[in-house]
Amino acid sequence: MSVVTLTVNGQDVAVPAGASLLEATRAAAAGVPTLCHLDGLTPVAACRLCLVEVEGAGKLLPACSTAAAEGMVVRTHTPELGEFRRMAVELFFAEGNHVCAVCVANRHCELQDMAVTVGMDHSRFPYQYPHRAVDASHPQFTLDHNRCILCTRCVRVCDEIEGAHVWDIGSRGGQCHIVAGLDEPWGQVEACTSCGKCVEVCPTGALFRNVDTTAEKHPDTSLPALLRSAREQHRWRNQ
Amino acid sequence: MTRTVVIDPVTRIEGHAKITLHLDAGGHLTETRFHVVEYRGFEKFCEGRPFTEMAGLTARICGICPVSHLLAAAKTGDKLLAVAIPPAAAKLRRLLNLAQLTQSHALSFFHLSSPDFLLGWESDPARRNVFGLMAADPDLARAGIRLRQFGQQILELLGGRKIHAAWAVPGGVRSPLSQEAKEWILERLPEARATVTLALDLYKTLLDGPLAKEQRVFGDFPSLFMGLVTPEGLWEHIDGRIRFVDAEGAIVADQLSEDDYADFLAEAVEPWSYLKFPYYRPLGYPEGIYRVGPLARLNVCEGIGTPWADRELAELRQRSGRPVTSSFAYHHARLVEIVACLEAIEALVQDPELMHGRVRSRASLNRNEAVGVSEAPRGTLFHHYRVDDDGLLTGVNLIIATGQNNLAMNRTVHQIAREYIPDPVPEGAEIPEALLNRVEAGIRCFDPCLSCSTHAAGQMPLRLQLLAADGAVLAERTRG
Repeated sequence: MSVVTLTVNGQDVAVPAGASLLEATRAAAAGVPTLCHLDGLTPVAACRLCLVEVEGAGKLLPACSTAAAEGMVVRTHTPELGEFRRMAVELFFAEGNHVCAVCVANRHCELQDMAVTVGMDHSRFPYQYPHRAVDASHPQFTLDHNRCILCTRCVRVCDEIEGAHVWDIGSRGGQCHIVAGLDEPWGQVEACTSCGKCVEVCPTGALFRNVDTTAEKHPDTSLPALLRSAREQHRWRNQ
Repeated sequence: MTRTVVIDPVTRIEGHAKITLHLDAGGHLTETRFHVVEYRGFEKFCEGRPFTEMAGLTARICGICPVSHLLAAAKTGDKLLAVAIPPAAAKLRRLLNLAQLTQSHALSFFHLSSPDFLLGWESDPARRNVFGLMAADPDLARAGIRLRQFGQQILELLGGRKIHAAWAVPGGVRSPLSQEAKEWILERLPEARATVTLALDLYKTLLDGPLAKEQRVFGDFPSLFMGLVTPEGLWEHIDGRIRFVDAEGAIVADQLSEDDYADFLAEAVEPWSYLKFPYYRPLGYPEGIYRVGPLARLNVCEGIGTPWADRELAELRQRSGRPVTSSFAYHHARLVEIVACLEAIEALVQDPELMHGRVRSRASLNRNEAVGVSEAPRGTLFHHYRVDDDGLLTGVNLIIATGQNNLAMNRTVHQIAREYIPDPVPEGAEIPEALLNRVEAGIRCFDPCLSCSTHAAGQMPLRLQLLAADGAVLAERTRG
């Protein structure tokens, strides 16, 4: 197995060729924050929280979707990066309707945790208070667009792990939103197997079980990595 | 020239309000109005949300009595699910409400109202608050604060936090009571009992002397009273049915279901207040004036059903009549209810069924409309939800206890103003602060909860304006 060596925050690290910069920063225990990234799913670099400085790159690069290369000199925590990350989280809060106090994911929400991580105590951007719908047509689950940050974890887990491809992104720009099936009520999408993986990987309270009320959501985000490795390692007898 | 005297804000209450005294050209008092000057909009912005969120959402209406909304919302949710909740859950909810009544009544009596009684109506307004009470009688202040803490701590032991614990849910509650929590409650009960004994003794002494006039002129008028009672007609605070009695104590209506509230209650709106004016529909507006809350609950019931509370209820009736028509007696009623709560808490925590592990029934939506009711510290609270087939709210109506006392609060402040404000008020004359404090205290009798906001006693400024008929400010005084 070939290896690439690079420097992360002045520390030399070696990772397998083909590994991402995010894996390299993890090897250096650099603690780069991520929100849309989830082990076991294809990276999409949607949230921009894992941006890092790479000498000579000329721009900030998302660690999750950039391959580590020989001789790279990477910095993960500069004042400028800290400012950008905080701004990104502020924009998430300003863009949607995130009311932690009554949210089903309160205290188990990755967006909430990220606000703490990046030191956000308020948003410098005016809240947009968009009018967004709640899709409660599924017998077991609900999609609350108010809390969606368009990380696309649900889209990816349904496509890549469950193989049902119920979810997609509809519209453009500020109107972007998650759609079920051919933009139908979720409960009417026959492709949905009601497996609940999308609910488990959702970083916020956008997807939740109907039986859960305020602060009762306890997601299990380890599922995709577990299922993918089990599949790749042929852990099941019928494989 | 007519004048308007404004008391804005009203202090030592929960929420934002003002009082206006309207004087005619001769300086005679013509009308007194209690205005609630804040607008919350919960009924509107809850629309479109899943009904399962309502317990958490509506609990945020209030930081003092979140439990009341939590329970009313959970009970409405039970009915939308069409489930019977497990017996342990029903008892745990009762325990939660008893703790809530205890802490809220302790707050009203010790923190908000007792400075008037104990430090004097005329005392320095800057010190006429709980901090002044701490300086004057630290032992009493400490006991009162610890009594409230007792109630608050039970809320935390049950729900994981003192304020806004979303612990009661459609179908039951989230977790049972732990053995340690049970032991803590039993350990602290004797101290709570001692404190309420102290408060009752003190209050009765004051009633025999300095507060005799207040008892007579603070909102003593005939009205209906409404509250929950058990099937046997005993005191009730969460289950049970609704009863109305009139000013003579005769039962006007009994064992009414909350489902039919629209048949016996209606709401009027006045342009000068954000608070609606509910009335007893058969008698019309405003003749259908009724009062709710601790005094009403004691007026509608035959008895409480526990020995100490029944003794105190008998004494209350002996002193003030049956039914008691003076709004000042709300303070006494609050203390009697604390006794009732402490006795009920003691019985409940020793009930083996309370510790049963099954506390939540699970179901999907089975109905599209439901009404839930609970007795908040301030009175009967109704939640009425309509949902679509997916469980998203299409209509919300909340009938809050304080609103139901709105007519009575207006009548009370008018009665006090007529008694204490000079007649006529000379042109350009200032009205002494102590007299205006009594008008404010008329509102405090009802312990109104106008919002989720609470204010540390004595920290809110009082702004008093003397206005000309054209609205020009003739004189202004500010305190605080």
